[in-house]
Amino acid sequence: MALLEIRDLHAEVDGKEILKGINLTVEPGEVHAIMGPNGSGKSTLSYVLAGRDGYEVTGGEVIYDGKNLLDLAPEERACEGVFLAFQYPVEIPGVAGTTFLRHSVNAKRKYQGEAEFDAMEFVKFVRGKAKDLNMPDDMLKRAVNVGFSGGEKKRNETLQMAVLEPKLAILDETDSGLDIDALKLVADGVNALRAPERAMLVITHYQRLLDYVVPDKVHVLANGRIIKSGDKSLALELEEHGYAHILEAAA
Amino acid sequence: MSGNVQEQTLEPVLERLLDAAPGGRPADEGARGPLAALRAEGRRAIAAAGLPTQKSEPWKYTSLNALRKVEWSGPAGDGADFDTVKSALPVLDAYTVVLLNGRFDSVLSDLNGLPKGVRVLPLPEAMSDSAVTDTLASLIPLDMAPMAALNTAHLDDGVLVRIDAGKALDKPLHIVSVGYAGSAPAAYHPRFLIQLDENAEATVIESHIGLKGAPTFSNTVTEVVLAPSARLGHYKLQDQAVDGFDLSTTAIRCSDKSVYDGFTLSLGLGTVRNDVRMTLDGEHVEGRLNGAYLGHGGSHVDNTTFIDHAKPNSTSREVFKGVLADESRGVFQGKILVRPDAQNTDGHQLNKSLLLSDKAEADSKPELEIYADDVRCSHGATIGALDDEQLFYLRARGIDAVTARAILVQAFLMEALDEIQKASVRDALHEHLAARLQPLFKGGLV
Ligand SMILES: Nc1ncnc2c1ncn2[C@@H]1O[C@H](COP(=O)(O)OP(=O)(O)O)[C@@H](O)[C@H]1O
Ligand SMILES: [Mg+2]
Repeated sequence: MALLEIRDLHAEVDGKEILKGINLTVEPGEVHAIMGPNGSGKSTLSYVLAGRDGYEVTGGEVIYDGKNLLDLAPEERACEGVFLAFQYPVEIPGVAGTTFLRHSVNAKRKYQGEAEFDAMEFVKFVRGKAKDLNMPDDMLKRAVNVGFSGGEKKRNETLQMAVLEPKLAILDETDSGLDIDALKLVADGVNALRAPERAMLVITHYQRLLDYVVPDKVHVLANGRIIKSGDKSLALELEEHGYAHILEAAA
Repeated sequence: MSGNVQEQTLEPVLERLLDAAPGGRPADEGARGPLAALRAEGRRAIAAAGLPTQKSEPWKYTSLNALRKVEWSGPAGDGADFDTVKSALPVLDAYTVVLLNGRFDSVLSDLNGLPKGVRVLPLPEAMSDSAVTDTLASLIPLDMAPMAALNTAHLDDGVLVRIDAGKALDKPLHIVSVGYAGSAPAAYHPRFLIQLDENAEATVIESHIGLKGAPTFSNTVTEVVLAPSARLGHYKLQDQAVDGFDLSTTAIRCSDKSVYDGFTLSLGLGTVRNDVRMTLDGEHVEGRLNGAYLGHGGSHVDNTTFIDHAKPNSTSREVFKGVLADESRGVFQGKILVRPDAQNTDGHQLNKSLLLSDKAEADSKPELEIYADDVRCSHGATIGALDDEQLFYLRARGIDAVTARAILVQAFLMEALDEIQKASVRDALHEHLAARLQPLFKGGLV
């Protein structure tokens, strides 16, 4: 059974149709890359999957892990294992990263019927995770994303992902604006999560990330539709020729 | 001039309140000396002005009509349960003064080991010192401050804090003012005078706690005098358990190079009104007047401040942040006066309100009066709801909507507390606030 099945998904924002019939099937263990020009609807798709208010589904359905994903509240989706790494991670002044992540991990543990961590247990747990990933955890002492550089914000998303161990990770341009070291760190985080029961949707502009995170499938999203799908060679083709000729071919 | 004519026209509530004053009516006034003279002056001023009404501009947003309907009696306070007081207080390693309904309680107070050059005394014991008697009521124009006048009419007990030149308090001083009315509503009028001589340093926390019972009416006056280069951290917690009245007048006078770091945290029920007047009467003064408040139930929290830049080269900073839930109302009125002399003044004012319900209300009134030409003054006010993006980010990490809201509300108030410069007090209030919010969140605050 597919982990994620999107069928003829239509969605609008402020009364304007952005997603115009998306079809996509992701099997457990797979990594799918979604590429496409700016404004094609990539972030909209990720928000619809995560359940953001204001992104209204006007048609189609999304089956995730046998459940009707669109019926669930955002927090239920997260507790069921959906994780969105935001293109623009949100700053939350006054909330320390550790506090935020502890709430998050405990919400998930509670949902799954596991005992919640107390503050001490949690610090130990997170340290372990960060160490496994070779990732500094000093960011967690600071207020969530406040005053972080672009790269730090993306690393923070990756750390959160590693800690929450999602079944379906959606990475919305997590690679944009990263230098090569930060990019490797993010890629390592993603690769560490690759497992037969998990899947990832990697939204990216660049072939670069896909050198490290090799996708099973690549899709081109343009104007709210997937206009072409292929294997990893499609990403190389896009890198070489740009979107224009694929868009023309599709038109 | 004590006007018998005016006394006859007193509204009943005021007459009743004044009846409870020490010495009662002027006719049978027994006490003599400086306290009695000040009391007479207070009585004259409040009798002439009457209790404030909303017709008076500074009281435009705050009504005392509910206070007028209560049959107040004098202090009493017997039977107060001090275990509940403890849970209402931040945990601090501090010297402690406890007042019950305005009366210095030497049994509950703990002033052991006060360093040399530091005096913390019940006010009556300090009245032989002319530095005290000359200062009391000298910072506040009683004719323009009716609540301070009412307090002065009751002048009887309170606390003097005096730090000699070059001396420092080695631990904070925690003044705990407890109000308790068993079955009959009780009014009381605590009085504090804090004097720091040249280059002296202290941290003073005032906790104003109202216990469960009949309503209490606390009408506090605090006067603060900072000599050159003195440094005072002056922090206040207000938390009434029932719909009572917590009214206060604070006057601060800062001389050259002194630092005043003030913060007021209001968490309780009922009507809260804080009148603060800070005079930067010196050069290179750093005056900080900050605060945070949580309105809930039907509470009403009014912070009305007046910052008077009287001399050049001084800095003031004022940040008040409020969360308003349920049917509460928050009022911030911030007047900054920069006198013609006060060149090179730096003033910053900000009021931020977070509304959690349709029935909550925030009023914000900045008022800048600037007569010097070389000044930097900024002010801002924002009133808004919780941020949708932040809420979604939290929910996308598995945190339910109510918890997400609670996290953001707590963060908003915690951030406001960051203005407190004294780290130990800031940490203690952070912890206290977190604990205080939990039952409110469980009770549906957000
Ligand atoms: N909150 C919003 N309000 C109005 N329009 C939006 C909003 N979010 C996205 N859009 C519009 O939807 C389209 C797709 O945007 P987006 O999904 O962000 O594209 P991408 O991530 O592929 O660059 C764009 O035309 C954008 O202007
Ligand atoms: Mg995007």
